[in-house]
Amino acid sequence: MSPDLSDLYQQVILDHNRRPRNRGRLPTANRVAHGDNPTCGDQCSVYLRVEGDRIADLSFDGSGCAISQASASLMTTQLKGKTAAEAQEIYRQFHDIVTTGHEPEEISDLAAFAGVHAFPARIKCATLGWHAALSALKNDPLPATTENTLD
Amino acid sequence: MPDWKNVRADFPALHQQVNGHPLVYLDNAATTQKPQAVIDALSHFYERDNANVHRGLHALSMRATDGYEGARARVAKFINAAAPEEIVFTRGTTESINLVAASWGGAHLRPGDTILLTEMEHHSNLVPWQLVAQRTGAKLRYVPVNGDEGLLDLSQLDRLLTPDVKVFAFTHISNTLGTINPVADLCARAKKAGVVTVVDAAQSIGHMPVDVRAIDCDFLAFSGHKMAGVTGIGALYGRRALLDAMPPWQGGGGMISNVEFFASRWKPSPERFEAGTPNFADAVALGAACDYLDGLGRAAIQDHDSGLARLAYERLGAALPGIRLLGPRGERGGLVSFALPGVHAHDVVTFADQDGIALRGGHHCNQPLMKKLGLTGTARASFYVYNTEDEIDLLVASLQRTVKFFHG
Repeated sequence: MSPDLSDLYQQVILDHNRRPRNRGRLPTANRVAHGDNPTCGDQCSVYLRVEGDRIADLSFDGSGCAISQASASLMTTQLKGKTAAEAQEIYRQFHDIVTTGHEPEEISDLAAFAGVHAFPARIKCATLGWHAALSALKNDPLPATTENTLD
Repeated sequence: MPDWKNVRADFPALHQQVNGHPLVYLDNAATTQKPQAVIDALSHFYERDNANVHRGLHALSMRATDGYEGARARVAKFINAAAPEEIVFTRGTTESINLVAASWGGAHLRPGDTILLTEMEHHSNLVPWQLVAQRTGAKLRYVPVNGDEGLLDLSQLDRLLTPDVKVFAFTHISNTLGTINPVADLCARAKKAGVVTVVDAAQSIGHMPVDVRAIDCDFLAFSGHKMAGVTGIGALYGRRALLDAMPPWQGGGGMISNVEFFASRWKPSPERFEAGTPNFADAVALGAACDYLDGLGRAAIQDHDSGLARLAYERLGAALPGIRLLGPRGERGGLVSFALPGVHAHDVVTFADQDGIALRGGHHCNQPLMKKLGLTGTARASFYVYNTEDEIDLLVASLQRTVKFFHG
């Protein structure tokens, strides 16, 4: 039996795709990183304003499929106000969800991405924005790419 | 005229279900399925004739050599080359173009020279020229594409063919737009300007008659796997005088006439460009693919594939409001590439796959063209000898469901 598309394209994902949150360049950003997926041409820029150890504000911009755009949008809502360590931990949970399909114990919008695990080709779409954000957080001068990072 | 219904029975991979639906394979511009005759030719070679070619004095090696050189003659006949020696076997179109760019380009291009390309080139007919441009100091120049209709702006061609242009490389059929370029005319105009021509025939070779003497090109590149042949084999056609004047591009066994510790002499073409053990088994299967396609008749194949593409263009346009269809409306190669409003190409492909329909989505190795057209990607349906009109209707219905899912 093939995996159901409504598992992949959950309402939360469709909603973020239709009405992306925090989309566009953040004028006050002091960090920026660009991610791209050379396999499909998806692109994502993430802008952060980091104050001390905390992400005071963030936004994203770019183009790609519903999964990559919704994931980047949802990410901006999840990481705002978080410390670098907290952001890493949230990404770890998200990564676990998209690769295993295991939903987290606490109620979280991240769970909407559990369906991605049944479509392995789309895991990179779901993680693209996150790679860029973590790269910006580290102030990594290299562009993030899905090709030299583990999913 | 072949009975197209029977043709379908020749391709074993088509007879399967995908995600609970009969497979509708519309990704033929990426690679075609293989007929049983080609699969049999490959397995029979391995079952009976396998041995390394050339220099072999035993029975199997002689048989393998006959098979390999027979395939070369068959391919030469397939494209109406003047002699088998004008066919160099390669891994495919990409390697063929890299060979010309590195060997011919490396020997002939100088700082200040210009390489003329078109804006619709696949990365495989663009990046090899960028590499040789970096190495030699030559510059790149592009014949523009006229927007979504996807035609080359040939009114500019004579102006672009300035005396510094040394080579003009262009595709026969665009893998993204479906445009069929007037290659014979392009070659004639380049020839008048003393410019060497390279034709990328990856998308035309299996879909229409391709005659290198009628086109009058200097080089022509293609892949076997896009013409019902197997992967890993393709060819470079080159005029013999040009090939024989080119330096080797890879060294090794099979391409030398004499080797000493500090210098070697090369064999003439095609062996000069086939260092190492060549891909003889796949070449034999490529010969079988030539036989298969000529059995159907390539003019008939063109009518069939282009006819389906034109039909798809019309039906998609009529059924899907706001769809952006690329390439010319009339005469086109056997593919249609399109963008649905508000639905990314990868989502389109994922939804089609759930209905058993194989499409391709993305930039189709045409990133600069996509950027020029203001697109991040398109979905593409590409047709071959086994596809049917009914499959176009299945595609249209699937795309309508996708649009409904995203837009309600």
